[in-house]
Amino acid sequence: MPLEPGASTVPVNEDGSAVRETVVNLGPSHPSTHGVCRVIAHLDGEIVTRAELVIGYLHRGIEKMAEHRTYLQIMPLTDRLDYVGSMYANWAYCQAVEDLAGIVVPERAEYLRIITCELQRIASHMMSVGSTGNDAGATTLFVYAFWVREQVLTLFERLCGSRLTYNYVRPGGVSFDTPDDAWIDEVRAFCKAALPRFNEIDRLFFGNVITKGRTKGVGVLSAEDAINASVTGPSLRASGVDFDLRRDEPYSLYDRFSFNVVVGENGDVFDRARCRLLECYESVRLIQLALDQMEPGRVKAEAVSRLIAPPVGETYKTLESARGTLGVFLASDGGVRPWRMKVRSPAFSNLGIVGPLCKGYTISDLIMILGSFDPVFGEVDR
Amino acid sequence: MALMDDLGKSLEQSAGGSVILTSLDAVLDFTRGHSLWSQPMGTACCAMELIAASFSKFDFDRHGVFPRADPRTVDVMIVAGTITRKMAPAVLRVWEQMAEPRWCIAMGNCAVSGGIFYHDTYSVMPGVDSFLPVDVYIAGCPPRPEALQDAVLQLRAKISNQSIVAGRTYHHKLLLPMPTKGVAVRGTGGESS
Amino acid sequence: MKAEELSSRLLGYWPELSDLCSIEKNRMLIKVRSETVHATISKLKELGFNQFEMVTAVDRGADLEIIYVLHSIPMKASVWVRTHVPRDAAEVASMADLYTGADWPEREVYDLFGIDFIDHPDMRRIMMPFDFVGAPLRKDYVDENIIPRPDYI
Repeated sequence: MPLEPGASTVPVNEDGSAVRETVVNLGPSHPSTHGVCRVIAHLDGEIVTRAELVIGYLHRGIEKMAEHRTYLQIMPLTDRLDYVGSMYANWAYCQAVEDLAGIVVPERAEYLRIITCELQRIASHMMSVGSTGNDAGATTLFVYAFWVREQVLTLFERLCGSRLTYNYVRPGGVSFDTPDDAWIDEVRAFCKAALPRFNEIDRLFFGNVITKGRTKGVGVLSAEDAINASVTGPSLRASGVDFDLRRDEPYSLYDRFSFNVVVGENGDVFDRARCRLLECYESVRLIQLALDQMEPGRVKAEAVSRLIAPPVGETYKTLESARGTLGVFLASDGGVRPWRMKVRSPAFSNLGIVGPLCKGYTISDLIMILGSFDPVFGEVDR
Repeated sequence: MALMDDLGKSLEQSAGGSVILTSLDAVLDFTRGHSLWSQPMGTACCAMELIAASFSKFDFDRHGVFPRADPRTVDVMIVAGTITRKMAPAVLRVWEQMAEPRWCIAMGNCAVSGGIFYHDTYSVMPGVDSFLPVDVYIAGCPPRPEALQDAVLQLRAKISNQSIVAGRTYHHKLLLPMPTKGVAVRGTGGESS
Repeated sequence: MKAEELSSRLLGYWPELSDLCSIEKNRMLIKVRSETVHATISKLKELGFNQFEMVTAVDRGADLEIIYVLHSIPMKASVWVRTHVPRDAAEVASMADLYTGADWPEREVYDLFGIDFIDHPDMRRIMMPFDFVGAPLRKDYVDENIIPRPDYI
């Protein structure tokens, strides 16, 4: 595969001679690129002088496919966008369809959506923190974080039958009610059991001197650069910007809950990873609050037909996913299939800054920086 | 390896050599099948289940399967996830770097046939067997980690039928029927609906 | 912030906006011509819309419509800016000099729709392979590799 050079800015030594760079290709198939991402790194020794990200290796044409599918037939495709967080990916799409078609979601369904979204956020953050540890060499952390993730996946399997791609949140509500009260007790038991595990991960990994050496001061992203680069989510909050869509532009029933928003200080890899872990505590609190407030009732809106044909118009609805602002734009022409579906992917927008950010760090820092923005390439490439 | 081919041929032809050959094949097939180091070619959602299969709850290591980063030191490539036209040359390049004997497991509907992305898309390869010889197919979207481990057991049974002499096969009973086609050539698409 | 409040606040700073903007379903929309969209967005950036949330294109048949969504963190609100470009001379000014976050989304629209962004620092394909020909998301795109789906509803 030929390397695509692009416009190379070759650095020079003091006497004007060009620095002899090595160009290293971290190919699309690589254990530490979190998926299929190709990084073409120009190195001066071990220091990165230029890093270019090539993506598109998982571009499946979901947006084109959506134009040939009815609104319900697109649901399984949205699962596979952000496959580490299928619950909120489904929800983002359903919000847009409900806004276009004017469907009102019953309250119990909203609570179930919030509970599953926050559980999914915990599972996604555990994947991210674990893979940050894996990049740093601490594979044990990956296995410890997966304990929590497997508990969440078992809960989801009891709820809707699937471990990874759920197709659970549907336009008009959710597809199934909780199987029985035992599921709710299991969720409460999980919330109690997960907190000591988060404390353990915090002490073991973030308290470790090697972790601090590898992650503190690496990949520092200032708040102005982050805002200008359309970075959203925990990566933005780690740079010190206090903004969370759930609190500041509340959607669904998030205005009924009060929770803290985790804000970091320095915007380095340590802060981004630790923000994700601390958000898990807030998610546990939200789940417990939602379980306390949830009442019995319908979980699907009445009279939502199988062939949803919304009136002509457009909509763009966002929500706070584990990676940032996940938005779905839908344009309808009055038929049963959308005219255009566009997914605003937070991981795609966050990755734009990674290439320029890696300049001046070593190549092992490049791996940590790429992982700290938590890319999921199903969503980046769509 | 020329040495192994010559050894196999000479054993087959010499008197009483076939006993040694079958014993040697049994030992080699057992060792190869029970320590399949894997190249996890995980691109999409199935990669999450591939990772989950390797961790404590499902524990792939008890089957001898251990993920390795380097294609030259692995036996089996587990293609987990959608393979797009942009990614296919990279997958083929990694496959060609693997040393023989090598096997390929197509995990998940997207690797088997293009899966949910078979229709209406301009960029997905309709199955990884359009450019790689696949030994075991796992259906599922994504398949459970236990299904992936079962695929390794199927592969183990298939390996037990192989011999160091090219063209010679044993006929131990397989757990699943073996596909008879080789590397599939993609048709026009109308026949597989 | 509700769309009416946002609209009245913006019109206080920028009265000429009133004939361009409209409010639909609690959303503020600004419709401009493709030559003036860069000036509009840079003025909106001065008024507090500090995040470039999204750019997308919609193939309307007769022409291509480009929709920008800008987001303001201090005002906690979003605004849409819409413009049209013709199909065969599809070009519009790039916002990459205002927002570094416009870089990759504009490359994606260039790749999938064939819309050229003038003065973009790195106008190359991003999703499709570099030697790909065509704009896949346009409605008139034909490709022999696409296997059409039987029309079951």
